[in-house]
Amino acid sequence: MSLLPAVVALGDDALVLGQRLAEWCSRAPTLEEDMAMANTALDFLSRARLYYGYANGLGGRDENAYAFERDPREFTNLLLFELPGADFAAAYARQFLVDAFDELHSAALAQSADAALADIGAKAHKEAIYHRRHSAAWVVRLGDGTEESRRRMQQALEDVWGYRQELFVNTPPEQPLVEQGVLPDRAKLRPAWQEAVVATLEEATLAMPQGGWTVDGGRQGVHTEHLGVMLAAMQHLPRSHPGAKW
Amino acid sequence: MPLYEVFVRSRRGLDHQHAGSLRADDAEMALQYAREIYTRRREGISIWVVPSADITASQESDAPAFFDPADSKPFRDATYYELPKEVKNL
Repeated sequence: MSLLPAVVALGDDALVLGQRLAEWCSRAPTLEEDMAMANTALDFLSRARLYYGYANGLGGRDENAYAFERDPREFTNLLLFELPGADFAAAYARQFLVDAFDELHSAALAQSADAALADIGAKAHKEAIYHRRHSAAWVVRLGDGTEESRRRMQQALEDVWGYRQELFVNTPPEQPLVEQGVLPDRAKLRPAWQEAVVATLEEATLAMPQGGWTVDGGRQGVHTEHLGVMLAAMQHLPRSHPGAKW
Repeated sequence: MPLYEVFVRSRRGLDHQHAGSLRADDAEMALQYAREIYTRRREGISIWVVPSADITASQESDAPAFFDPADSKPFRDATYYELPKEVKNL
């Protein structure tokens, strides 16, 4: 696989999660948290733009074409990033698992043999450290909170647990790039991720999810039913009014 | 949810200044929210958060006794001194 689809895939991860976070705008439990979620959404959105911008320079499409002119099957984000989440606990269960991964992945990406990816990794890493601190605080607050918040956070973790698997897979087309030191070796990030998750769940007095199931397909463009609905909302305006400026 | 007062230091050598207040469940969350709300446009390099309930404040009714007596004492102002050019932020 050439570098281009790998860069677009990383952009898709960031864009889709940014949109999911942005959906909380005006719906978060407090004004302060609303700002926090929107800020994090914008961090992911700007990360998506960095990846798409780099992809464009590698001969890919324009950033708006990547975001607004593709159907679900053309998106190659991991499934974990696109899940809608049933409630606030679900939003932060997913966010924490992603952030804990992202903190490790961005640090590894900052060491990439590809200078542009290393730059993106270095910038993302600083954000990821903060993101993880905030999402871990919510996992602990809800886990070690009321009976209801604890039940919801535990359930949210069970619901997403099988989706974590994709985080640690180097797909066959990505493998040569991993071997060239361009992409981080995802499989190697797993022990440190597991350790970070165990530590936070212990602090939150939550149990490690038990589910032995796993799901994958995101990098192949095979998505959950939820991505299409999300993209319909996200893409509606530019698709209804192609080329419109505002 | 308790109220916290937020103090932000804009750069080294300056004091923390009161930036505003916010609500949070605990001090750590207050610190994170202060970072989100008061420093997202590069306003600061250090943040303090203080529970508003821990602040002892003068009251409106204290004002005449506290502040009016200072009105007629210009000798307390350093207006007669010339400020050396090298001194900034005084």
